[in-house]
Amino acid sequence: MPSFVIAEKCDGCKGGEKTACMYICPNDLMVLDPNAMKAYNQEPDQCWECFSCVKICPTQAIEVRGYADFVPLGSSIMPMMGTEDVMWTCKFRNGLIKRFKFPIRTTPEGTANAYKDLKGKDLDSGLLSTEEADGYQIKKPQATV
Amino acid sequence: MALPNKPKGELKAVRDPQVEEREVDILIVGGGMAACGTAFEVKKWASPDTKILLCDKAAMERSGAVAQGLSAINTYVGENSADDYVRMVRNDLMGIVREDLIFDLGCHVDDSVHLFEEWGLPVWKKSADGKNMDGKKGQSVGTLKSGAKPVRTGKWQIMINGESYKRVVAEAAKLALGEENILERVFIVELLNDANNPKQIAGAVGFSVRENKVYIIKAKAMMVACGGAVNIYQPRSVGEGKGRAWYPVWNSGSTYTMALRAGAELSMMENRFTPARFKDGYGPVGAWFLLFKAKTLNGLGENFAASEAAKKELEKYAPYGTAAITPTCLRNHLMLFEMKEGRGPIIMDTVTALATLGATMDKKELKHLESEAWEDFLDMTCGQANLWCATDTEPEKKNSEVMPTEPYLLGSHSGCCGIWTSGPDYDWVPDSYKIKFNGKVYNRMTTVAGLFTAGDGVGCSGHKFSSGSHAEGRIAAKEMVKFIRDNAGFKPTIKESAKELVDMVYKPVRTYLDNAAYTTAEDINPNYIKPSGMMYRMMKNSHEYGAGTATYYQTSSKMLEVCINNLEVMREDAEKLAAGDLHELMRAWEIYHRLYTVEAHIRHIQFRKETRYPGFYYQADYMGQDDANWFCFTNSTYDKATNQWSLKKVDYVKIIP
Repeated sequence: MPSFVIAEKCDGCKGGEKTACMYICPNDLMVLDPNAMKAYNQEPDQCWECFSCVKICPTQAIEVRGYADFVPLGSSIMPMMGTEDVMWTCKFRNGLIKRFKFPIRTTPEGTANAYKDLKGKDLDSGLLSTEEADGYQIKKPQATV
Repeated sequence: MALPNKPKGELKAVRDPQVEEREVDILIVGGGMAACGTAFEVKKWASPDTKILLCDKAAMERSGAVAQGLSAINTYVGENSADDYVRMVRNDLMGIVREDLIFDLGCHVDDSVHLFEEWGLPVWKKSADGKNMDGKKGQSVGTLKSGAKPVRTGKWQIMINGESYKRVVAEAAKLALGEENILERVFIVELLNDANNPKQIAGAVGFSVRENKVYIIKAKAMMVACGGAVNIYQPRSVGEGKGRAWYPVWNSGSTYTMALRAGAELSMMENRFTPARFKDGYGPVGAWFLLFKAKTLNGLGENFAASEAAKKELEKYAPYGTAAITPTCLRNHLMLFEMKEGRGPIIMDTVTALATLGATMDKKELKHLESEAWEDFLDMTCGQANLWCATDTEPEKKNSEVMPTEPYLLGSHSGCCGIWTSGPDYDWVPDSYKIKFNGKVYNRMTTVAGLFTAGDGVGCSGHKFSSGSHAEGRIAAKEMVKFIRDNAGFKPTIKESAKELVDMVYKPVRTYLDNAAYTTAEDINPNYIKPSGMMYRMMKNSHEYGAGTATYYQTSSKMLEVCINNLEVMREDAEKLAAGDLHELMRAWEIYHRLYTVEAHIRHIQFRKETRYPGFYYQADYMGQDDANWFCFTNSTYDKATNQWSLKKVDYVKIIP
């Protein structure tokens, strides 16, 4: 189910510091044609259909069409990313449309607590840093053979 | 006049790349769940002057197996005991597992899950009246850490709204380690042993997928966690659909190959995972079995898994087959039996399952149930949701087919191949499970001093999944800091010159540049082979001879011999891989890694003269389990100087009753 770029909508992220889809694709498939200033999927048969490029594209220029070798034509699924939720629009081949909204995170982006000031004390124990801070006790098997 | 050939990609490769040499204390190779765990944990223990670097071949925000998201966390111990966790994993993997590693993981995994929730991952909760609440509403009853009840599907699994799972985990990892200590789009391809001690790690070499640059990095300790191996067997879809692998298509066996070429001992590489999934879209079935209580039917509409014949078949594999939860491989075994007897296809009866659940629900609850079914796909396998749309499948009205996939190699899911590592240094852990350097034990260290692994890298201990891989990466982080503290005087020395390393990494580029002009079509040239061609050659060989789907996962001693001979020739030809652009150079190195990994897999199958995992593969000359001779681990090493593989048996020690 390879991603494709709608020519009219893609501006090559010219206003941004990086080409978003090229930055994010886990399999290095999305590339920018610098002459056309448009992105494209350079190896569609290695696309995992993870939708990372679709979700990150600032101009909603990327969609996905089903794999040619087993997916009938005419359907689509499209995510709309918010800061707390994602809204999916699922269009069936027969025209039926379903919409689903799911939470994606409960904290503002960029605020994950990295415990930057936490320093472990006993390097020789089996405790992880936050376990040590919580006073967690390492367990032993209840019984051994 | 013919036009000169030009490389296809936008980022052309040049003959002589820039070289950047670095020296760090700790190098983290990989950016998935395990590496994110290491990145989060490592600075908590390291002194402020410790130099740490992480290299990911992709972008951490969406790299590794959780890139797309997940709808569940499959390992959360919670109210259960780590002892029972060991028993569950042991039974699913047919008895032969490292109970020390599994117990240890079971003691730490929940701490990572609690962090995920704190960072912002929405976790489903049970309300006071026993109803399911999604991760946003569920906040009202508090966090898991504060005692709120998760929504369990099975005994170990909890439901999440996990679309952004990896983004959340990577955010914490990056903040903890610092952006300045992370190189994204740098693909490490070979590990380097110390010039003064070939059994110790001293560095690694790789290249940028964005600019013509080779990185040579010296390190005193290293964690390699680059996932498992995908597309090593011909997938069931061979056109565009071969990207729709069940496990991430970018997992190229780099973990296993880089470790084995550095001399690390591998273990249980014969183990594989061939998950039964929704056909073609490879959507998850776990929630359908566990949450929605669906049954699978054969082509005659029979619930074959509950038949007398199935019970009798499972009894052959007691005690595993007769346990309360049938091992994953045996569930496949029963399914394959139906298919071979002409009673396919296998159907997931979603219609009956949803109707049964819906019988006691009001309209609003029904709508929520439908939404849960769709979210299961949309969170982690979007393409399966589209396949439902394209085939006009509403699960409450139309059933879907289930099919066992092509084989995958991994150590974190329901499989346990990987690298032999040390267990923790506790008194209940047998000495034979401890790996020492200068008299001290380092948990999760491989047999190469200073080289650590986690997640899919650690063998003999499956069922870690996303949360366990993260926790294991954290364990390795602390042990690496211990290792560099104890070996402060160690000065890593690389035997190879920078020129030799660049020649090795950029060999496919030079092969391309030297020969491309000879023909008019750049993919057809007698002087080289492109990575895509080699990939098809490798997949065809393993498919036909190595117990792929072509033979219903069956092989034989003779077929294994042919398979290995072909692989040896392929590895010779891999010296002529050609890459015209940086993307293709990445593909060249990935296929190089896949070749070694699949050869290790095949050699292990050849060595183990029994069929330990029926349903995953069958050795036709040695059907059935042979506990008298093979109730043991099988370990292998590879010597890159002589191209010799050595295999041996290693004793299994039962720890947990």
